[in-house]
Amino acid sequence: MTVRSNSLDIFADSGHMPTARDYFELLKPRVMSLVIFTAFVGLMMAPGTVHPVIAFTAILCIAVGAGASGCLNMWYEAEIDARMKRTAGRPIPSGRVSRGEALGFGVTLAVGSVVLMGLAVNLAAAALLALTIWFYVFVYTIWLKRRTPQNIVIGGASGAFPPMIGWAAVTGGVSVESVLLFAIIFFWTPPHFWALSLFTSEDYKAVGIPMLPVVAGERETRKQILLYSLLLAPLGVLPWVIGMTGMIYGIPAALLGIAFVAQAVNVWRERDSHQAARGLFKLSLIYLAGLFVLLLADKALGGAF
Amino acid sequence: MPLSEHHKKRRGRNLALAAVLFGLVILFFFITIAKLKGA
Repeated sequence: MTVRSNSLDIFADSGHMPTARDYFELLKPRVMSLVIFTAFVGLMMAPGTVHPVIAFTAILCIAVGAGASGCLNMWYEAEIDARMKRTAGRPIPSGRVSRGEALGFGVTLAVGSVVLMGLAVNLAAAALLALTIWFYVFVYTIWLKRRTPQNIVIGGASGAFPPMIGWAAVTGGVSVESVLLFAIIFFWTPPHFWALSLFTSEDYKAVGIPMLPVVAGERETRKQILLYSLLLAPLGVLPWVIGMTGMIYGIPAALLGIAFVAQAVNVWRERDSHQAARGLFKLSLIYLAGLFVLLLADKALGGAF
Repeated sequence: MPLSEHHKKRRGRNLALAAVLFGLVILFFFITIAKLKGA
């Protein structure tokens, strides 16, 4: 039966036949690509070797686990997504996939990816993957997102786990270096999302999500962005300082950190405009991708410098 | 007789599912080989 109302059941069954593409969209493929990349770098940076098939399986499990998290996030957030311009076209709010189908799909992929990781790779990587999915779905999506402006600070941990999982897939454990990769993404997340929320806060305000600009105002958000940027920049250079990488990583990472802080200062000084915030949002993407590409380059050149 | 839109979507979904299952079979085969070599 096709019934549309404002209740949670509006997405229950629209009579629409979902396509494979609709299911693929539930996995948030753009987020998944970043997760795959950071997990791959974690896997490559880890000491030791792993069979290429096992490495591929580990990356596949991480990707599917991340996709499952995204799918379960869309299942829970369907009603909010329907009221936000940016997310109204997603498969559930647009009626292409029912909430039940999304829930079943997400749970199946989450369980499947953790089980396969445990059987084919190792238990440490499987445990970290399970923790990541649990953290994103229960701690971030269900518990924190609608309750506190610190939602993305704590919830950001789930996005920071993939390089640790990649590392654990090779070594079977956790080490200072893998925690450092985690910390870089963890401290990168708040300035990245707060810069975005500065120019999309109206959307969040309309649906009652307590993003920092909505709750504490733009002035406080700009100050917090600067504080986190000041923490992030030295953290980005730490892999060089502790001898994990050479100068090929260290010097460009330091320059990227300086550029990040300089742009954060611009955001802090900005009034009645979001131009600098947009600039920082774009720069933050370049910064994180840049650091992880540099890690790979440094590793490939074997710390020649 | 041309297929209806509904049938086209169902066929596309079934083909995608078959591809995923086939991919998993291949993957499990190679995982087994890799594990045996490791042992």
